[in-house]
Amino acid sequence: MTSNEIIIDVKGLNKWYGDFHVLKNIDLEVRKGERIVICGPSGSGKSTLIRCMNRLERHQKGTIIVDGTELTGSLKGLEKIRREVGMVFQDFNLFPHMTVLENLALAPIWVRKLPRREAEEKAMYYLDRVHIAEQSGKYPGQLSGGQQQRVAIARALCMSPNVLLFDEPTSALDPEMIKEVLDVMISLAEEHMTMVCVTHEMGFARTVADRIVFMDSGEIVEQNIPEVFFSNPQYDRTKAFLSQILHH
Amino acid sequence: MNTSKLREQLPAILTQVLLVGAILYVALQLFHNTQANLEARNIASGFRFLSVEGGLPINDSLLAYSPADTYGRAFTIGILNTLFVSALSIMLATILGVLVGVARVSSNWLVARLAAVYVEVLRNVPLLLTLFFCYSTLLAFLPSPRKSLAPFGGIFINNRGVFIPRPLFQEGIGWVFLALGAAIVASVVLVRVSKRMRDETGNAPPSGWISLGLILGLPAAVYFFTGQPLEFDAPVLSGFNFKGGMILRPEFTALLIGLVMYTAAFIGENVRSGIQSVDKGQLEAAKALGLKSGVIMRKVILPQTLRVCIPTTTNDYTSLVKNSSLAVAIGYPDMVSIGGTIIGQNDQAIEVIGMWMAVYLSINLIVSLVMNWLNAKVQLVER
Amino acid sequence: MSSQVKKFIPSPSSPPPIAARGVVHGLRTNLFSNLFNSVLTVLVVLLMIKTVPPLVDWAFTHAVWSGGPEMCDGSGACWAFVIDKARIMLIGTYPMEQAWRPLAASILFAGVVAATVSGRCKKRTLTTAWPVFFVAALWLIGGGAGLSEVDQSMWGGLMLSLGLATIGILFSVPFGILLALGRQSRMVGVSSVCVGFIELVRGVPLITILFMASVMMPLFLPVNLQINNLLRVQVGIILFSSAYIAEVVRGGLQAVSSGQLDAAKALGLSRWMITLLVVLPQALRYVLPALIGRCIALFKDTSLVIIVGLLDFLGMTKAASQDQLWLGHDVEGYVFCAVIYWCICFGMSRYGRSLEKRGPQTN
Repeated sequence: MTSNEIIIDVKGLNKWYGDFHVLKNIDLEVRKGERIVICGPSGSGKSTLIRCMNRLERHQKGTIIVDGTELTGSLKGLEKIRREVGMVFQDFNLFPHMTVLENLALAPIWVRKLPRREAEEKAMYYLDRVHIAEQSGKYPGQLSGGQQQRVAIARALCMSPNVLLFDEPTSALDPEMIKEVLDVMISLAEEHMTMVCVTHEMGFARTVADRIVFMDSGEIVEQNIPEVFFSNPQYDRTKAFLSQILHH
Repeated sequence: MNTSKLREQLPAILTQVLLVGAILYVALQLFHNTQANLEARNIASGFRFLSVEGGLPINDSLLAYSPADTYGRAFTIGILNTLFVSALSIMLATILGVLVGVARVSSNWLVARLAAVYVEVLRNVPLLLTLFFCYSTLLAFLPSPRKSLAPFGGIFINNRGVFIPRPLFQEGIGWVFLALGAAIVASVVLVRVSKRMRDETGNAPPSGWISLGLILGLPAAVYFFTGQPLEFDAPVLSGFNFKGGMILRPEFTALLIGLVMYTAAFIGENVRSGIQSVDKGQLEAAKALGLKSGVIMRKVILPQTLRVCIPTTTNDYTSLVKNSSLAVAIGYPDMVSIGGTIIGQNDQAIEVIGMWMAVYLSINLIVSLVMNWLNAKVQLVER
Repeated sequence: MSSQVKKFIPSPSSPPPIAARGVVHGLRTNLFSNLFNSVLTVLVVLLMIKTVPPLVDWAFTHAVWSGGPEMCDGSGACWAFVIDKARIMLIGTYPMEQAWRPLAASILFAGVVAATVSGRCKKRTLTTAWPVFFVAALWLIGGGAGLSEVDQSMWGGLMLSLGLATIGILFSVPFGILLALGRQSRMVGVSSVCVGFIELVRGVPLITILFMASVMMPLFLPVNLQINNLLRVQVGIILFSSAYIAEVVRGGLQAVSSGQLDAAKALGLSRWMITLLVVLPQALRYVLPALIGRCIALFKDTSLVIIVGLLDFLGMTKAASQDQLWLGHDVEGYVFCAVIYWCICFGMSRYGRSLEKRGPQTN
């Protein structure tokens, strides 16, 4: 169930790339257990927004508070936040020189200081969870795109994060592999893992999301529960976007 | 059946026979000419000259040598000098090259620009010019022996070279070396045990620092304990020069500095393109997992960089060995220097050049084999 | 079931806060982003403060630009030495009254180079222009057929360096291509000869090849046929360079996709036609930047001829600095030499990089 505890609190967030104002006055609250989908046309700043949440991008104005810690330049706070926030990338970004098992065990060993055996047991557990345990000894270059992305999700899960950020996780996949990744994401959502997903997969949004946030040109245009969002969009921009996206 | 196949292959076979035949004919002609020329100029043939007393003065030698030694020994000293300066240069150039490469991609604008200037200047000027320049500046700006620079510890720097006290080992020095050996063994064991501890419990003592302390501290402690069994033959100014001690001559120093700086520029470019070839996403994923930057460098970025760098760096190493032959131009007695002097004395160019080629090709082969083995070991496993 | 849809009015963009742009921000991110970087920046600036002003002092403020050796007192650079020796360094001991001939040759050279670099000339024009220039330059500098002969022993300086390099490139590129093709040949006899040559030459330093050319070649030739030293050294340089060019071209040949071969074979072209018309042009286009790199290396390598007794640009500079009147100023000579070498090599590498950027679609 969605609790009332706010796990990510974004207030008045502004970001510039040089002189280009890419995020304008973003206010967003993510509660524990919520599943949020962020959508919008390309260039709207949605990827930038979630990348600000674990400080892969730096904001110049406004505050982001994750799990009680404010994101500033401070290193200590940053390390704490990155332990609690997991991220899944569009390009998977698995480490090609390590096996699948080593990819998963790396951070638990070096960041959470787990003994190797414990880390590897945890890794096998999550590999099993994403139905890919038999590939544990393989290298990423030997796996298909869908398999790699599932490994990437398992890698993020191994750190037992409180929030999972997804940056267009299926956009780089061949169509026949999208379903296997979405199934994993849906099963995570059903266990009420707090998730913030940037995605174009509206079927996933309809099934699982507690809230859909629509962004355009760097600001949040509207956000609503799926039922209302899809049937009764408030703004013309939203309507135009939906008509484009839902015609596939 | 057979005849048609033969007819198909006839032009190819003919070409090869003609080519090989032409080469053999030319070779025979050359051989004939050479015989005639050697006789006409009264030049000896064969390698008997290697056991003849040479009378060559050589200033830098790793082994004991006097002008009364044979040409063969002189040439061997030359080979050793080539190997010594090449090996030392490879080590130093790699260290400097990695620093330059990392500096090139530094987020510090000033450092990155400086490294870029360094690379562009050294790569676009001939190595020989750099060597002459180093040699000239060393000689021009260093004082005469009477006015030597004396930074510390009995070291004297002047235009004859760098004079260092020669260590004379006394009784009891064996213990110090034993202690060093023990410290090294202990460090290796410590690193292994530490790794095992991290695997078991997740925490481990800082094995790197402890090892360093052991290797430096234990021999030092034993040294003082056994009454400091080390004396120095210090260089002493007598007349116009120094006597005693060891000397690093300007020729050697200039060659070393020139080779190292030149090769480091090329290695730096390799390292830079290696680092830049690692996908940006790797860094992001590692950061997102909460890994610290030291761990990221060691476990994610550098392994992938090395894989890309090794083939081109192999080239740079073999080039360095070949470039060491420029020693002949500034008077360092490497293999080419000494060989050139021998040719000047007895005109047996064919034998000497043959020996050069044999040695260089062997060194090349060994370096390539080692690096290829290294390369194969670090390849990524793919579908 | 849609109710009224509102028009969305986007918020205006505002400029970034002062702290996020401008000079201070630039300094903070680029030079002082963290403690380590700040310390580095301070160290580097200190180093520069200590070294740059004395250098500028030596090179410009206290430098002597004209006059004789007595004017140079050692507190500054003696550029007068360079100016006095400039002619020797540039054209060697070429007779003074004929100096217009190398000058004319260099103007022609500049013209052909400009035409090549601009990329606007057809390939056919260039392939005739270069050999014509080569013949014309040889006539201008060497003499014969109307001009007085100037013996090759008087050729030297930068003119010699450029000559050795240009002729080296002109001959080693075709020879290297032949070697590369031969290495790929299915005829074992041909390929093993080519591989043997390439690996042998690439495994030894240029100095040994120069020694071979200079000292060994006279022994190989018949007693009554002797070639002058310059020609022997030039041949050595050509052979040396062609082995390296062969390796570069081999990379290009391997980069041409097999689909190209398939298509050409399907069209019924013979093997020689395929190689000449389809494979080779593409291979060369792929490796043009690397070839330029090889040319730069060749130009730098010509400086080694001092070891076999030819006085090229570097050689002349060194020889000039031994002049009794001007002792102790070799550093100025080397600096001048380095600046010229750097300009030429950097220019060539810039050209190579611009070719890389232009991509494999032009000549």
